[in-house]
Amino acid sequence: MKGSYILLEALKQEGVDVVFGYPGGSVIPLYDALYDFDIRHILTRHEQGAAHAADGYARASGKVGVCVATSGPGACNLVTGIANAYLDSVPMVAITGQVRTSLIGTDAFQEADITGITLPIVKHSYLVQKVDDLPRIVREAFYLARTGRPGPVLIDVPVDITVAETEYDPSCPPDMALPGYKPTVKGHPKQIRAAAAALAQAERPVIYAGGGIISAGASQELRDLARFAHIPVTTTLTGIGCFPEDEELSLGMLGMHGTRYANYAVTHCDLVFAVGVRFDDRVTGKLETFAPGAKTIHVDVDPAEISKNVVVDIPIVGDARWVLSAILDELKKHQLAVDRHLPWMAQIAQWKEDHPQVVRQDPGGEIMPEHVVRRLWEITKGEALITTEVGQNQMWAAQYYLARYPRQFITSGGLGTMGFGFPAAIGAKVACPDSLVIDIAGDGSFQMNIQELGTAVAHDIPVKVCILNNCCLGMVRQWQELFWQKRYSQTCFECQPDFVKVAEAYGAEGYRVTGLDDLDEVLRESLSSDGPAVIDVPVKQEANVYPMVPAGGSIHEMLEEEG
Amino acid sequence: MKRTLSVLVENKPGVLTRITGLFARRGFNIDSLAVGETENPLFSRVTITVVGHDQPVEQVTKQLHKLINVIKITDLEPAERLERELLLVKVKATADNRAEIMQVAEIFEGRIVDISPETAVIEATGPRRKVEALIELLRSMNVVVELIRTGKIAVRRGPKLT
Repeated sequence: MKGSYILLEALKQEGVDVVFGYPGGSVIPLYDALYDFDIRHILTRHEQGAAHAADGYARASGKVGVCVATSGPGACNLVTGIANAYLDSVPMVAITGQVRTSLIGTDAFQEADITGITLPIVKHSYLVQKVDDLPRIVREAFYLARTGRPGPVLIDVPVDITVAETEYDPSCPPDMALPGYKPTVKGHPKQIRAAAAALAQAERPVIYAGGGIISAGASQELRDLARFAHIPVTTTLTGIGCFPEDEELSLGMLGMHGTRYANYAVTHCDLVFAVGVRFDDRVTGKLETFAPGAKTIHVDVDPAEISKNVVVDIPIVGDARWVLSAILDELKKHQLAVDRHLPWMAQIAQWKEDHPQVVRQDPGGEIMPEHVVRRLWEITKGEALITTEVGQNQMWAAQYYLARYPRQFITSGGLGTMGFGFPAAIGAKVACPDSLVIDIAGDGSFQMNIQELGTAVAHDIPVKVCILNNCCLGMVRQWQELFWQKRYSQTCFECQPDFVKVAEAYGAEGYRVTGLDDLDEVLRESLSSDGPAVIDVPVKQEANVYPMVPAGGSIHEMLEEEG
Repeated sequence: MKRTLSVLVENKPGVLTRITGLFARRGFNIDSLAVGETENPLFSRVTITVVGHDQPVEQVTKQLHKLINVIKITDLEPAERLERELLLVKVKATADNRAEIMQVAEIFEGRIVDISPETAVIEATGPRRKVEALIELLRSMNVVVELIRTGKIAVRRGPKLT
């Protein structure tokens, strides 16, 4: 069998039924073989779109996302998408073509050392040297991508490997050879007991939950534990949805643009129970004042995250799902008085009452961006699958679209990649065809991968892009306003396309909101239509995201809008 | 503080790049590095000396562990390790000072492995301190022409494996 066929057979063995990609010289044999396979191929309009779509697919489905690109520029165009998946621990396999083995290292046409280029942003990578290795490499790549701390794995396949012939028996899976890879699943029993004891004794506990809960499939375990022990939960940006945000125990998001009550709770708590998080600077602010009086329990599958930024008291390395359920079992052995932290819960309720996450209205009648997000939430009854672009739109989406389910809120957290949301929405919609998928976008970010309108239309992937159009790069503009003396260097667009016409030119639907009066009507109409749609919503340019912790500041010292 | 990390890795292409790349991007300067095949040709041993405090070294060790091709890492304490470095130093050695050079080499249990009318090459091995003492002495004699040394290799003393 030819290498290209073996590669695709091996993908089938891993349960792959859809890949996102873009052909090119070095992958012609692979695409030729694809012609004979029942693997759905989504042809994007740019390789970056393919990588983000595979990422969105993986986050929405929990499966490994697959993207394909040709050698050289094709592979290089995947780089941002691979880095994005790496920073947010998303399981992905990127397959790149490479020039033929004999030409490697000669600066051949469309040659790039993609294994070298991606070295710091992959969990692992392979440059295939023998066609016989292909089945093992594919199996290992998928295993590595989805187990332990998930992440992207690159397989670089020289074109001669894909046309080489060898024996292959799909019914006989190859042995993996990963002697150095043994992710820890079960937490240490002594640490589990210590964690349960600390949770039982705490008077002011807070759960700080992150994306690790979602990738471990541990949302139910988290809910069970939080409800059983009656502990409030705050989540990171990538953890949104792991705990229902409309539940009383939810504190919403913490950190730079978190809720005041989440940040106050973390600052005043006596125990931080951190699960699947990495104490990122956008969460902790100034480390010295982050949960200053608290004991810390930190559960993570990656030992390197333990005590990386914050030295913790009770580290537990293991799979979040396993560890949370073990801690809950242990906790049930303790006598937990229902009223043991009543004053704490009362304090939190008071903070929530004093500092609610309000939807502002503009006295001048312009549309406030958070109002749009809140209306989207209400109209969709909180059931839509949301992706976001990056910047202000992302923060408003995080603050005002209260997610209830894991994998409902998909956003580029670690890398903060503008242009992520739209292709990710396409991938998410492919994974969840029955969900209403909305990309909450900004006019800047959307234009970074606007060409994927062609993909959505051609493959009939009816995602909705709701542009909070403030005619500027809002988040940078906000920093310039607050910290750079309103010197708006290069952040206000002098020229914008007519997004409605752009959508229509691609064959998608274009909608424009003109003001508060027709907002609801246009949103309803566009969301209920059958096709991909772009909704251009002009919002107040001066609207900033609040509350806000200045970079490096203490998270309990938050800026509010003046006046 | 100088640390000696003994890293057992799969003997595969690109592994060294992964390791050195990791050190570079986590802000560590590798002081010395030596690599070679082990008793099992499937594995190589990388001995790395780094300067760092406990916590950053622990962090970089954990990051190293995450490399799929890394099997085992041992942070060898000075008391439990036997270490060697190899030095080849070309020195000015004419009729006038040749005897002196040979004497110095002998004191350091080194050997003269090459000789010409103007130069000699001394081969010396030993723990880093000894090698450095020899270098210092030769420098003070103002005879060093060229100096080449390997990275340090180390093994755990006693029956326990490194």
